[in-house]
Amino acid sequence: MTWDASLLWQFDLLLLPMLIICAVAALTFKDLITSAVVFGAYSFLMCLLWTEMLAVDVAFTEAAVGSGVSTMLFLGTALHIKRRAKD
Amino acid sequence: MKLLSLVISLTLGYFLLVATADLPDWSDPESPASVHLSNYYIENSMEQTSVPNLVTAVLADYRGYDTMFETIVVFCAGITVLTILRRTHRRKQKEVRPRPAGEGRDLILITAARIIAPLMQIFALYVIAHGHHSPGGGFQGGVILGASFILLALAYDLKTILKRVKERALIIMGAVGVSLYMGIGFGAMLLGGNFLDYSAWSSLLGISAVEARSHGMLGVEIGVALTVMYIIFSLYADLSSGGEMDEGL
Repeated sequence: MTWDASLLWQFDLLLLPMLIICAVAALTFKDLITSAVVFGAYSFLMCLLWTEMLAVDVAFTEAAVGSGVSTMLFLGTALHIKRRAKD
Repeated sequence: MKLLSLVISLTLGYFLLVATADLPDWSDPESPASVHLSNYYIENSMEQTSVPNLVTAVLADYRGYDTMFETIVVFCAGITVLTILRRTHRRKQKEVRPRPAGEGRDLILITAARIIAPLMQIFALYVIAHGHHSPGGGFQGGVILGASFILLALAYDLKTILKRVKERALIIMGAVGVSLYMGIGFGAMLLGGNFLDYSAWSSLLGISAVEARSHGMLGVEIGVALTVMYIIFSLYADLSSGGEMDEGL
């Protein structure tokens, strides 16, 4: 199987700006729960990026751990600490 | 202060971008990482281990030592969270009531979770057992298994699930997973091979050395899956209930 990554530049053009938006947004939001959810979205975009680079095993891990379970752990923790960040 | 942080991060970002130009191209066969060991794996792993998925062969066999300690790291994380958070008698400092008492158990959520959870578990078992041929393996499958328990705990209640999966079992089964991994490694030593050299098992199991390596990988993946599954759920149970193991989210 041959793979020409140049065919997928439109996909990249969509993914990379969204990745940056999600990364900045996760840092900017004052509400920790919103941040956690946006961070999950970031992880999922990262997973799509791994898939595009044919690192399917890494993508699988990212989907299961990054956007699945760790978002859940962040949410569970955020409910038990002060929910809003100060700065 | 904010201006200073901006200047620092912009400078650092600039240097990182400049350094990116020196990295080898994506999927460049001449890059330093690809000329040293990768060729050996690509040429030999199929006849040495009969595992089509190179990633699994490298993770569980050629680099089995690393993966063993990664599993131990997961186990240590679970123990650490348990040690720090787990308390039985504590004054409630802050009431966490995401759901008002009495109206939390939503029928639609419970029904959906009851349908989805078994499918998730079957898929996770497939991912573990089929890790030799397709993406996936013990770690991913274990996470999906743990996530199915988290889903049930979200739909019902943490207490209800902890009646089925005993709290003590969480850490014990985590340790069993690590022990299974190390046991397969030490068994190979007892049978006259090196540590984690699964081909030594061939004399005991009565199969060829190549087959023994393939089966050894499966055993190791099951160990990883056990540890990850129980530790993930233990992490969730500790973090979401603040260490009291009562309500959960």
